[in-house]
Amino acid sequence: MDPLTFMLAVFGCSVAAGVLGSLLGLGGGIIVIPALTLLLGIPIRWAVGASIVSVIATSSGAAAAYVREHMTNLRVAMLLEIATTTGALTGAYLSGILGGRWLFIIFGVILAYSALAMFRKRHELASENAPPSWLADRLDLHSEYYDRAADKHIVYRVTHVPLGFGLMYIAGVVSGLLGIGSGSLKVPAMDLAMRLPIKVSTATSNFMIGVTAAASAGVYFSRGDIDPFIAAPVAAGVLAGATVGSHLLGRLQSNVIRIVFVIVLLWISGQMLWKGVRMS
Amino acid sequence: MSEQADPMAAKTPAAAPLPSARPRRPGADPKKVRQVEILISSILRIGVMVSLAVIIIGSAMSYVHHPELVRSSAELHRLTRPTSDFPRTIAQVWNGVRHRRGRAVIVAGLGLLIATPVVRVAVSILAFVYEKDPVFVIITSIVLALLLLSFFLGRIEG
Repeated sequence: MDPLTFMLAVFGCSVAAGVLGSLLGLGGGIIVIPALTLLLGIPIRWAVGASIVSVIATSSGAAAAYVREHMTNLRVAMLLEIATTTGALTGAYLSGILGGRWLFIIFGVILAYSALAMFRKRHELASENAPPSWLADRLDLHSEYYDRAADKHIVYRVTHVPLGFGLMYIAGVVSGLLGIGSGSLKVPAMDLAMRLPIKVSTATSNFMIGVTAAASAGVYFSRGDIDPFIAAPVAAGVLAGATVGSHLLGRLQSNVIRIVFVIVLLWISGQMLWKGVRMS
Repeated sequence: MSEQADPMAAKTPAAAPLPSARPRRPGADPKKVRQVEILISSILRIGVMVSLAVIIIGSAMSYVHHPELVRSSAELHRLTRPTSDFPRTIAQVWNGVRHRRGRAVIVAGLGLLIATPVVRVAVSILAFVYEKDPVFVIITSIVLALLLLSFFLGRIEG
């Protein structure tokens, strides 16, 4: 394969991953890495390095819109970013120590979890009567947002800050280790543990993903694990795909299609696990 | 255009003062918070667009300067070899960009993309100074310090 064909193949895979990722609400990274490693045979540490850069591009684009709509809780985001970036540094550092084998195995497990988490029950409405939290009061984390579907302002209170902080550290480790945004771990930490409304959780998670990914990307970059000829088509492709995907039909509503995709993702997760197990 | 802008503004009541039953931090000014939100949103949007443009220009330059890249498959192995010596430090990247090396331009674009959230955090520190919120000035400064640390961590290890 000559470099041009190679770059076009990487670009094509990335566009497809971006479309699928945005349709499923999973993000591009978790889909582009299996595509690069299983289909194109790219070593996983380079696939991870390329993916983490694309994660910055897609999350920043979405985050810009959410912040403008006042959906993002900036204060919660800034506070939890201490946990996610520390986690990302840990994860990016660990990925240099753990071999490709463990990266494949951990990736397989996280992919299976993320696929199944799409069926998780969601708290649609905010709880104004969340347990009182001295820390949340002191840091003024409570906020409000305008819910377009309900056509009203929703006031919410934040709670369980230390628990959310701990869960965010774990989400950061996974993000740094595997080069994914790990939104499927960040969102539950906020809406289940800290009681942020689901829409605010999603927007705030997106906002933090960029900074978390930048911390890991710094490590991968200075280690030389970000190959420009792989990272360039991945970043451009996933962003293009995600943009197309978000205009296509919003999010996938049909449950039948969702189930089909979950089965496909579980199969891919099995492939990643199998590849890790076979590696010597 | 300004006539169209008004109904749009009415549709996004987020800009309007928000009703709130809860006690707010004394001195918090919703107008300032809103300005900061717009600024942060613009940084993210512009950062992504500029860096993507640089990445695409760099890729195009690589093929224009090295037409042999289109044909030879040996070149692919040379470029994506684990020890491939692409520029990693700012000095190396800048030197390459000055000599119009496509690969260095791509790396500069990727660097800009990675720098976008870092700039966002740095600006947030100033924003919290502007909002007179010392606790969050400290919190955001810690995040910035961790981000800057990341660029050294990979080097120590490698």
